[in-house]
Amino acid sequence: MKERDIDQTISVYALRLGDDALILGHRLSEWCSNGPFLEEDIALTNVALDYVGRARNFLNYAAQLRGNGSTEDSLAYQRDCRDFTNFLMHELPRGDFAFTLARQYLLDEYEALFLAELLKSKDSDLAGIAAKSAKETSYHLRRSREWMLRLGGGTDESHRRLQLALDELTGYTTELFEMDDLERDLCEIGVAVDRSALFDRWFSAVSKTFAEANVTLPPASWAVKGGRIGFHTEHLGHLLAELQYVQRAYPGCRW
Amino acid sequence: MIQFDSKELSSSELEGLNAHFQERIDAEEKIEPKDWMPEKYRKNLIRQISQHAHSEVIGMQPEGNWITRAPTLHRKAVLLAKVQDEAGHGLYLYSSAETMGITREELIESLHDGSAKYAQIFNYPTLSWADMGALGWLVDGAAIVNQVSLQRTSYGPYARSMVRICKEESFHQRQGYHILMTLMEGSAEQKAMAQDAVNRFWWPSLMMFGPHDAASAHSAQSMKWKVKRQTNDELRQKFVDQSVEQAKAIGLTLPDPDLVWNEERGHFDFGEIDWAEFDRVVSGSGHCNRERVAHHRRAHDEGSWVRDAICAYEEKKRSREVA
Ligand SMILES: [Fe+2]
Ligand SMILES: [Fe+2]
Ligand SMILES: [Fe+2]
Repeated sequence: MKERDIDQTISVYALRLGDDALILGHRLSEWCSNGPFLEEDIALTNVALDYVGRARNFLNYAAQLRGNGSTEDSLAYQRDCRDFTNFLMHELPRGDFAFTLARQYLLDEYEALFLAELLKSKDSDLAGIAAKSAKETSYHLRRSREWMLRLGGGTDESHRRLQLALDELTGYTTELFEMDDLERDLCEIGVAVDRSALFDRWFSAVSKTFAEANVTLPPASWAVKGGRIGFHTEHLGHLLAELQYVQRAYPGCRW
Repeated sequence: MIQFDSKELSSSELEGLNAHFQERIDAEEKIEPKDWMPEKYRKNLIRQISQHAHSEVIGMQPEGNWITRAPTLHRKAVLLAKVQDEAGHGLYLYSSAETMGITREELIESLHDGSAKYAQIFNYPTLSWADMGALGWLVDGAAIVNQVSLQRTSYGPYARSMVRICKEESFHQRQGYHILMTLMEGSAEQKAMAQDAVNRFWWPSLMMFGPHDAASAHSAQSMKWKVKRQTNDELRQKFVDQSVEQAKAIGLTLPDPDLVWNEERGHFDFGEIDWAEFDRVVSGSGHCNRERVAHHRRAHDEGSWVRDAICAYEEKKRSREVA
């Protein structure tokens, strides 16, 4: 690849990672004032805040490489559904507390492995963002894992809700581990992470936790995918309508 | 906590305790949870701290209303952090109230049944992004004036929670002011949006300081016990004086034709508050009265299975450890 092409490819890669963080951060922020008790309101807001920060870091870098006056905000607020490249799992509505925490746990285990690899990226900007994010994720993971044990081992009701959440989530985990040509190319030059190589470790970690919590991640008999090519669920459009409302209603302003 | 049952004390003993209590107050000593205190002092403080705690928590709703719609990622992060702080303030204050022998669960129950109050300003709706500016600038601004004064309140735990809270509040006010400043530097529509927000929130923020001193039911006793250190009208005047300059600096007009500098008093004179409007909102006719409590109740009810799960899980863990 020519240098200019490499930059643009890395820009797309950073954009993907930024979209993941932005969309999940949005879903988490919806919990503000809706948590089961005040401490949990604070904790979920804290995780949301980490993800918004992470989104800004990745999007800022993507914008810088893209040039043409792009900014973190033009990327977040001025693209439509088909241009967003986050995984589908991130955009699913927040659901109940069990659903939010189950999704968070599945993603925290994934992020922990992913970021540990991205830390070694030959791209020092990506590696730097990964270093900061990895610290946050290790804290998120400790928390979400503890919640799996509490919900799985709490009451019949909490156990039932957790199992239901895992039944609904399982088919969205597949695409976390599927690579396309763009990421494969970047992987070859030591920039991107080979996500397909993370599956075994991820699966054994979550299986161990779920065994302890007495629930199961059902084997995927279905798999919905397409986030990385902008083939989204119907939920994303509504999320963006809300996220982008002010900038869409008053274009060209500073805020 | 040591429980003193006032009923078992003779009236002369009680008089002695009361006199000693007032001496300690007059000597600027802090009253601590284990100290003897008049039952009315305790009740008065529980009422005030609970109202303050609920205000922090209910106040999360009108601002939470804009987190998902914040116009830039920077603004979103700042607003999230701000609302998170308010939740933290609610926590400190619930803990302060708990030192007086009431539980958080009881406090929440009285919020839901309507017997506990919260700041009326949160019964006004947040309709535009500029409202995040007006809330931060005016509502947190008014809260700071009040809370700085309360750092010297006579009840130790309450005074200490005010010290912690005040450190964070000035950041809240600045972020609100900065939102308005940016709007006032923007398009005609943005300026109008900012002015409209200030028009709606100015008078309710003056009402936050409570009735005039002459009409305030709790004021005189609260001053004597040094629960309050400055009167409602003194604090309100301080807030008006500081706001006039800040409004002018960014080209905002405060919606009060009677607002004028009084050389003799060294303060701004301002118009009379519409107390009928205040009463109307207090008695349930604000846009969001029912909404705010219902939202809190819904989140609380929806969370009950989660709280039950924690209890059950901890219980099982304990019995495993014993076995
Ligand atoms: Fe406040
Ligand atoms: Fe506060
Ligand atoms: Fe505040």
